[in-house]
Amino acid sequence: MSVDLAGRILRSRAVAALTSPHGVDRYLEQVNPMWAAHEVRARVVDVHREVDVAGHPVVTTLTLQPTSTWRGHRAGQHVSVGVEMDGARRTTRVFTISSPDSRPGDRFTITVRGNPAAPGRASVSTFLAERARPGTLVHLSQAEGDFVLPDRVPERLLLISGGSGITPVMSMLRSLQRRTHRGRVTFLHYAPDPDRLIFARELEEIRHTGHGVEVSVLHPSQGDPYLSPAFLDRLVPDHRDVLTYACGPATLVEAVQQAYAGSDRLRVEWFKPPRTGGVAGGAVEFARSGQRVANDGRTLLEQAESAGLQPESGCRMGICFSCTTRKREGVVRNVLTGETSALPEEEIRICVSTAEGDCALDL
Amino acid sequence: MTSVEKTGNRRLTPQELESFGAEMDAIRQRIIADLGEEDAAYIRGIVKKQRAFEAIGRALFYLPPAWPLAVASLSVSKILDNMEIGHNVMHGQYDWMGDPALNSRMYEWDNVCPSEQWKYSHNYIHHTFTNILGKDRDIGYGILRMDEDQPWHPYYLGNPLYAFLLMVFFEWGVAFHDLEVENLVAGRRTLEENRPLHAGIMRKVKRQAVKDYVLFPLLTGPLFPLTLAGNATANLIRNIWAFNIIFCGHFPAGVASFTPEECEEETSGHWYYRQLLGSANITGGRLFHIMSGNLSHQIEHHLFPDLPARRYPQIAAEVREICERYGLAYNTGRLSTQLLSVAKKICRFALPGQGSRRRVHEPAAETAMAA
Repeated sequence: MSVDLAGRILRSRAVAALTSPHGVDRYLEQVNPMWAAHEVRARVVDVHREVDVAGHPVVTTLTLQPTSTWRGHRAGQHVSVGVEMDGARRTTRVFTISSPDSRPGDRFTITVRGNPAAPGRASVSTFLAERARPGTLVHLSQAEGDFVLPDRVPERLLLISGGSGITPVMSMLRSLQRRTHRGRVTFLHYAPDPDRLIFARELEEIRHTGHGVEVSVLHPSQGDPYLSPAFLDRLVPDHRDVLTYACGPATLVEAVQQAYAGSDRLRVEWFKPPRTGGVAGGAVEFARSGQRVANDGRTLLEQAESAGLQPESGCRMGICFSCTTRKREGVVRNVLTGETSALPEEEIRICVSTAEGDCALDL
Repeated sequence: MTSVEKTGNRRLTPQELESFGAEMDAIRQRIIADLGEEDAAYIRGIVKKQRAFEAIGRALFYLPPAWPLAVASLSVSKILDNMEIGHNVMHGQYDWMGDPALNSRMYEWDNVCPSEQWKYSHNYIHHTFTNILGKDRDIGYGILRMDEDQPWHPYYLGNPLYAFLLMVFFEWGVAFHDLEVENLVAGRRTLEENRPLHAGIMRKVKRQAVKDYVLFPLLTGPLFPLTLAGNATANLIRNIWAFNIIFCGHFPAGVASFTPEECEEETSGHWYYRQLLGSANITGGRLFHIMSGNLSHQIEHHLFPDLPARRYPQIAAEVREICERYGLAYNTGRLSTQLLSVAKKICRFALPGQGSRRRVHEPAAETAMAA
């Protein structure tokens, strides 16, 4: 029986009815955690240290073998990764996929820098970068995000990254190499210092052998120029007309945005959503805990936490859905898209929602 | 149930209530700080066993001579699912694990009552207002007279019959509990208020019925009637078991009830005091505690409803020692003793009288009348 047919049967309404109320995945996982009909999980099959310099966070590339439910990804997308650590507590964070486009069920890699945790919180990235071993099981979402290459890649392309923002553009570069893209690609990366450059050897190889790929790795701490409109003009004279992807720390992304002055050829990926404050006014009611606070315009998650509640949350950027909460009534605005919604009894992600006036949440 | 005085318990002074509460808080903090791998491994082990009992039970229906075994296995599966897993997971006892499969917001149990509605009536109404007359709808479940201060009515002559029917159809009783039929009859609730609940109940009832009474019987082909009867029997056994364990939690003799006035502006110390005096335990072995979802430690459960139930036996001795120091009864007994006590109460309150709280509070009036 092919995997596809098995999957279709396991996802059928009949099997759902037979396994109600728990669902078929709750039975399959008892036999083998790598069997799933809906959920996505993966085993770490390879661990590769990219950077291991004393005094600095470790950077590790993990190769993941996902369950057959993995639908594949497009270069530049990210995935939520949940790991169980410190007393069986599952914590979820979002990581960019570093390997080229994958098809359903294909292995892929994430490249993780072990950022130290905030006080009192376990760090998923440190766990993955330092403690993950072949065999470690992780819980995944499907690949998400629209920071991806178009189906028809144009002749010219500019990829700009800083620090660990290199992962999505590296995935793009690798995909282009595999697709044997025949145009010209400029790959501009800012790294703190040469010792801590991720993918150093591969970039060096591409610099020498890649056809039409121009790799520039700059270390401003050692005197290399920072990104500026003038510098970009010299590197890629008509860059505002070239499809450009930029990912990295806020300072870099903002500098790139300035240099592009509103050009529609620029795609950016923020590691944190922009701090667009909502409108203060009205009151936020946390109905289950019986609390009511004045709406100060911050995200509903932040306001709930300030009120002493501990709603579940994960990525805090609207990706992992851990914080999904039922809104009983009120108008909320999604800070990522700017869309407002007045639907009653609606599930919202409170980490990226602000209230427009009065709002009641099931918290 | 009876007022605190009639249970032979003393009222604590405000200072005593405060230190009593502080001792309970300390136990709670200590356990919360200690939650981890062992609790996770325990509940996952129980889930694994429950799934295995279910699969074996369903499979054994293909072997007609093994019918009693199939029913037994499926009954154990349903009891574990509803009690040690469902009830406890839906209390949020394992929410700290961050596992969607064991999360109170996501878990749905093998029972016709939708978890969303059960969590409201149980976690909120029953656990907040435990044994407060007129507020805790679990006192007699709206159909029984279980407290002397519930006014008698000829309807209650049927108390033993209603209790028997509730036992047999317990999961249905739980499912319809939220419709507050007694309040509908009394005109305190309108059909309109129930409308939003109907869809949820119907959806869940349909799913449960299709699975147990149509699909699995169909899958056994010519054995359809046997499988159907087996599934119904397993549901019945679960109903009887759950009813008996749960009725031993709050209804044995010596359990106190409270008036709303006694609980106005209640302190956290008094809340603990009320939970303790409003609950009763059942003694037994480890297996018995697991099969009862550790509701055999109803006292510990009501003091700490969101701590993993496997912790209750660990802290029981300590809770009991604290009670002794404060001169408070720790109501516990064998299953047979507690059941007999509950049965007596069901029969006794079918009949009028049995005193009222007013007489205890106004002994002068009673003496005068007697004279």
